[in-house]
Amino acid sequence: MNEDAIKIENLYKKYEDKAAVENLNLEVTKGELFGLLGPNGAGKTTTINILCGLVKPSSGTAKIYGYDVQKEAGKIKELIGVCTQETAIYPYLSGKENIELFGNLQGMSKKALRDRSKMLLEKVGLIDDAKRLASKYSGGMKRRLSLILALIHDPQVVFLDEPTVAMDPQSRHAVWDFVKEQKTHGKTIILTTHYMEEAEELCDRVGIIDHGKLISLGTPKELIAKGKVKNLEELFIQLTGRTIREEA
Amino acid sequence: MNFQRITALAKKELKKTIREPAVLFMIFLFPIIFVVAFGASFGGVGGSQTVTYHIGVVNTDNAASVNASQIFLSALTDTKIVQLQIYADNQSAQNDLSQGNIQAVMLIPQDFSQSYTSYQQAPSNPSQWTYTTVSLYLDKGSLVATQAIPPIVQQTLSGITGQNQQTVSPFQVQTASLVEVKTTSSLDFIAPGMFTFASIFLIMMVAQSFVQDRENGMMKRIRTTPTSPTEFMTSQVISYMAIALIQAALVFTMTYALGFHPNVGVTAYIFAFILVLVFSLSNIGFGLITATISKTSGAATGLSFLFVIPQLFLGTFVGASLSGGAQIAGKFVPSSYVTNALTSVFIRGASVASGTVLVDLLVVSVSCVVILVMGIVLYAKYYKI
Repeated sequence: MNEDAIKIENLYKKYEDKAAVENLNLEVTKGELFGLLGPNGAGKTTTINILCGLVKPSSGTAKIYGYDVQKEAGKIKELIGVCTQETAIYPYLSGKENIELFGNLQGMSKKALRDRSKMLLEKVGLIDDAKRLASKYSGGMKRRLSLILALIHDPQVVFLDEPTVAMDPQSRHAVWDFVKEQKTHGKTIILTTHYMEEAEELCDRVGIIDHGKLISLGTPKELIAKGKVKNLEELFIQLTGRTIREEA
Repeated sequence: MNFQRITALAKKELKKTIREPAVLFMIFLFPIIFVVAFGASFGGVGGSQTVTYHIGVVNTDNAASVNASQIFLSALTDTKIVQLQIYADNQSAQNDLSQGNIQAVMLIPQDFSQSYTSYQQAPSNPSQWTYTTVSLYLDKGSLVATQAIPPIVQQTLSGITGQNQQTVSPFQVQTASLVEVKTTSSLDFIAPGMFTFASIFLIMMVAQSFVQDRENGMMKRIRTTPTSPTEFMTSQVISYMAIALIQAALVFTMTYALGFHPNVGVTAYIFAFILVLVFSLSNIGFGLITATISKTSGAATGLSFLFVIPQLFLGTFVGASLSGGAQIAGKFVPSSYVTNALTSVFIRGASVASGTVLVDLLVVSVSCVVILVMGIVLYAKYYKI
């Protein structure tokens, strides 16, 4: 049985004359929480978009649970849950209605949808606000609702693209706890972030990506020890000569 | 196709229509307000351009030594604003009238020449005249025809006898349709166009909706689910057709309340709703084309007028008195065929199975499907669904 949840081989994506992802090779095992780190424009979101079947690679292959993301996109979409970088929710629907919509798009039964919706709303602390229109939610509440939309159908692989960006520290830690709990349920999670402390806190392994290239790969502890630095932030400066929050 | 997904997306779109104040106003309230305001205040015929009126003639005149009906018809032709078409019988002429091919039918009575001769023999002695009546059946769907044709006929009749119109004449003109039925109001002329009018604003709504979903990342998010492009588009088309149906029902209710009570059966209403539904496909298509060329939802609002204005001014009641050029241009917008078919059915009394109505339905169906397909193909080419 294939233990790789994700297998990427020689992945290359070029936009006009600029390579967004260059010959990326990566394997993520089932149940792993993998962090893809890098500054804005490094190629993280492009990689996620290719894995989700949103963008076609220029060359190379990517597989999720053995299914080719290009050739078997339908199957892939049943396996994955995606929390996009934008807080993509329908403002004119209530939190509950947003969840029901995406549950229905995933083909869930009424009962499963009702039960899982209630459980997730309780977990992220939105149960009391479920019937309010999403337009009335705060930014943090919208991000939490967006997380539920990605997880409503209990996917095998979850892509979290900058899930805590622009969140206050309290909300960020609440999301971290939620993500950690999802990992205990055996889900494979791919997390992109440019918060190095977030990666250190959550990830089993991290891959540092810059200018479309994977420049370092390992557990946070291994990478810190190897670079003889205090944290991933320092490692990134060592590797690229820039801080992670600078534009690439 | 998964109907659970289609239903969920269609419901979402309908909730949006009800819950977003701007959408609610544009789709439902604006057409209603417009209909009420226009219906209440509309009156008179605009424009002073030279036009030609097509009149069908059924000549039953038993001419003897003097062929007065020919004199009369020649005089009518000499006015240069009338084009005559001779029919062998009244039924054929009425068929063409009901389908909008001609604007009036004129029935010349058997004793027309006799009446003319009696006048010529004793022009100053009305007691010696043989009185007769020329019957006019008018296209009730044409405001211009009902107002312009009777005076032209009356004036020409007066002309051949050399009389002033105000004096007593051996010839009476009976405007049959106005005598037999109720008086046709201004609202009757514009009501069919009103049904067409409301649906046109779907263009703006569709364009805004697609661009907004792109802007806020919802389109991308939906693409990460197993929803197929066909399911997504089907859900959108169903929801917008449902909106068009509600619009048509609201507009009909409003026009009915304002006094539009056409003397037609249930079939005509069913036909009208089907026609509006089919027509909504073109508006969805135009909306998708607008969404394709618009970068922002603000731009979508503005650019949608590229399609809204022609549909509105060339194909609905707004263009009741279009110039000749505009009437030709109107042949290229689906709304004009919708309005014409509704006018034929509601006002002219044509059967829904009549030739003109079926041709209009065919043109609307084909053009609307083509526009919808064009919209989908264009949108899918530049933006992933």
